[in-house]
Amino acid sequence: MGNKQTIFTPEQLDAYQVQNKLNGLFYRYRDLAPQLVPLDYTDKPDVTLPYELIGSMPELKDNPFRQRIAEVFSEDGDGNMTLDDFLDMFSVLSEMAPRDLKAYYAFKIYDFNNDDYICKSDLEKTVNKLTRNELTPEEVRLVCEKVIYEADLDNDGKLSLEDFQHMIIRAPDFLSTFHIRI
Amino acid sequence: MSQPPPFTLHVSEDTESDNQELSPDNEGALHTSFRQLIQEQSSLAEAGTELELQERGRGHPAHLAPPDASASAWLEPGQGEQHPGDSTTLRILASMPSRTIGRSRGAIISQYYNRTARLRRRSSRPSLQQLSRAARPSLRQYDLETDPARATLEDKRSLLAKELLSLSPSQRSHMLLSVPLSLAEKRALRRELNEQRSPLGLRAHHAAAPSPCGWSKDYVALGCRHLWYRLLALLPAAQPWHYALKQIGGRFGSSVLSYFLFLKTLLMFNVFSFLILLVFVVALQAAYPPAKANQQSFTGFELLTGAGYFTHSLLYYGYYGNITLNDPSASSLSGSVAAPAAPPLPYNMPLAYLFTVGVSFFATCILLVYSMYHSFGESYRVGSSAGDLAIKVFCAWDFKVIQRRSVKLQCENICTQLKELLAERRSRSCPLSLCQRLGRVAVLLLAWVLSLSTVLGCVVAVHYFSEHMHAVQQEHRALAGSSWQREGILLVLPLTVSLLNTLMPHLYNLLATWERQDSPEVEVYVAICRNLLLKMVVLGLLCYQWLSRRVVCSYEECWETCVGQDLYRFMVMDFVFTLLDTIFGELVWRLISEKRLKSKQRPEFDIARNVLELIYGQTLTWLGVLFAPLLSAVQVLKLLLLFYIKKTSLMQNCQAPSKPWQASRMRTVFITLLCFPSFLGTAVFISYTIWSVKPSETCGPFQGLETIYKSVNVWAKLLEKSSPNITWLTWLHQYLVENTFFLFFLSGVLLAVTYFNIQVVRGQQRIICLLKEQIANEGEDKIFLIHKLHSICKQKERCA
Repeated sequence: MGNKQTIFTPEQLDAYQVQNKLNGLFYRYRDLAPQLVPLDYTDKPDVTLPYELIGSMPELKDNPFRQRIAEVFSEDGDGNMTLDDFLDMFSVLSEMAPRDLKAYYAFKIYDFNNDDYICKSDLEKTVNKLTRNELTPEEVRLVCEKVIYEADLDNDGKLSLEDFQHMIIRAPDFLSTFHIRI
Repeated sequence: MSQPPPFTLHVSEDTESDNQELSPDNEGALHTSFRQLIQEQSSLAEAGTELELQERGRGHPAHLAPPDASASAWLEPGQGEQHPGDSTTLRILASMPSRTIGRSRGAIISQYYNRTARLRRRSSRPSLQQLSRAARPSLRQYDLETDPARATLEDKRSLLAKELLSLSPSQRSHMLLSVPLSLAEKRALRRELNEQRSPLGLRAHHAAAPSPCGWSKDYVALGCRHLWYRLLALLPAAQPWHYALKQIGGRFGSSVLSYFLFLKTLLMFNVFSFLILLVFVVALQAAYPPAKANQQSFTGFELLTGAGYFTHSLLYYGYYGNITLNDPSASSLSGSVAAPAAPPLPYNMPLAYLFTVGVSFFATCILLVYSMYHSFGESYRVGSSAGDLAIKVFCAWDFKVIQRRSVKLQCENICTQLKELLAERRSRSCPLSLCQRLGRVAVLLLAWVLSLSTVLGCVVAVHYFSEHMHAVQQEHRALAGSSWQREGILLVLPLTVSLLNTLMPHLYNLLATWERQDSPEVEVYVAICRNLLLKMVVLGLLCYQWLSRRVVCSYEECWETCVGQDLYRFMVMDFVFTLLDTIFGELVWRLISEKRLKSKQRPEFDIARNVLELIYGQTLTWLGVLFAPLLSAVQVLKLLLLFYIKKTSLMQNCQAPSKPWQASRMRTVFITLLCFPSFLGTAVFISYTIWSVKPSETCGPFQGLETIYKSVNVWAKLLEKSSPNITWLTWLHQYLVENTFFLFFLSGVLLAVTYFNIQVVRGQQRIICLLKEQIANEGEDKIFLIHKLHSICKQKERCA
């Protein structure tokens, strides 16, 4: 119990949404690579775990979007995460994060080419990942067309963040599906 | 403002490294560089070609892909070929404010600064004259003097911190939670907030405090939340079954998880109600047992029948006395010489009983309505229901599912659902002919007539069966048969009702497969409707029989205990049949399909049926609380056992449901069903019992009174006599509770509030339509301007 108190300063504790799970998350992070991660984080050491370790977590290893998730939350954009990134990720994916925050990060996850729009190719990649390439290309094309037709409000042929958020507001399930229990 | 060479360098950095975060200096330059950019590009044609090659490599497919039907309006015919004007447009598009919003920290901070400023203005209501009249109405909202777009990152942060300080603490923490910045940035922001707060705090102290109550309330709320989090971290027991729920969610997804969460909610309700009854009624009666000792001995059969040893125990109404416990006048009458060690506290048992039951019902009602309101708010959406496909693509993937096999199953499910949706769209475009439609209507009507007639048949059967069982009971009583036989006969009616409740849903499933509804969701709703109708009508008949006492408990002296025992038996039989249903429906089916049929197909977990069983069990508990105060404890035990049994059976025998389930909407449906037919019916039953039914003469806390409610009248008269100053209490009692005018007034107010809310929702729908049109118009504006830019660039190219 004494050890746990010295991992984070009170200031650091304040910033997180998963406050009650903070220590648990730290120990999960440390378990991925015990030799790299020190026990004492008060002097903010600079430790980054490579994507392969993050992607091997049981909560993520079979998720088709795990690479995008790691890329979106990592500082360098390649999936290598510091403890802050790791906590950020599980904080946003927790049940307490507000809807707009989740929608923002979900948009970034589905935006495969990082151009701040979900265009047709992003959609095609998403649908293929969702269905493990079991739909025919014709069906995939139809689905993407209909999705853009339904969700694109300003008629520019692709979904911006606002279009995506507007659609998420109409989906009450989003809060419960965009959630990883840890 | 900026010299050409470094300006160009900044721009090329931007298009090369999209992922890196830009410094706000670059941003400001991009925003204001429209005209300069066009001028620069006309002299930098080679740099443009290089960059456009890079851009093609990076792939901005939105511009290079073959145009969509909707986007073709703005792409010129020859857009596929590369020429310098195209790269100009691309660069300009890259620098539009809407593009930079999600990209860099500075942009996010400015956006949230604007949002916070808008919040502050909305709360302080600025006058209309202050807003500048610009052509674009959206610009009026921006504080053009302190435009944060030009500031540095630190300045932006301090601006945002200053705006945040003007909000209330709860709004501030909510805003901080929802800002999509990394944690390091949030920490810097909080540091800024703390720095700014200390000098400002002194100033605010000197100025008039705006509303001390409101702000302290927020601080209290925040403090409570912090305390709750610390507590949760220390006590893993505060979140029971956390790992089990994670396992279930990981293998079966959110829909099956919603059943277990509903079970947990019911458990909390029952624990709460049990604790209230325990503290105020049961414990005190246990401390002062009645003079008559329990003559019967305990045999195991009591657990099933609730009679025998349990008849004269704390479990039932008959045990509770109608006297004032620990009455000082009574003890002085008995002539005890020694003075009591503690001061005697008289406790009026009948009043305590009535009020505790009333309070527990009232508290349950409030909790139910609150959770219904909460889940309704989350799941009901104003606006059109179109957009199913988009929602399916983006929200259907359940991130909670982590097992490999379940992930594969989920992929298959989503694939099937997408195919179904596409087929539905195709079929919608070619509607059915008149003949086919008539056929469908005929099939639906027939199915409903069949189900309603089965309900009627079941009710009539239960009625005649209970009369028959009553006659058999009389025979056995006359013959003075063994107590085993007598009590065994009592079990037959609950057994029959539970059998009906278990078998009829399977019949309705068969009916549904024959009916073949269009959408699976409608199928689920129809199944729930039919099952619920059956259960509630049968329960209604039983309630009528209990209260009229023509058939059930007609020869009992202590009829309340008899009714309590009957309800106990119903609950136990319900549990036994749920167990049998789980064993036969899931375990045996899986064994048969694996060993005999050699198929990998496992039985599915039928969520609707299981939830309805839970609701039925809870209704029985609520019906019985007045007659058997410890029934909540029995229900708590039952729910605990049920959780583990269902979980084990689920893990061993079942597979995830293949039908699409909107878990959040279903949660609303479950809570609404729990509230409306179940709780409301129970409340009506209990109110009728308290207000109009004569309690038994020889047992219970209300013996000798006309109705149970008369005890309150007696008490009110007693109060009036003892201290004539409390006339307001009797006035309250007479005009608010006895008089029906108050109830009508309350219902009138409720109707008015409902009408008001409906009108508000209608207004919001209209506003949404108008806003959608506005957004479409803005989009067209944008396309028009881009088009014009294109032509200008091309003209420059031609002239140059």
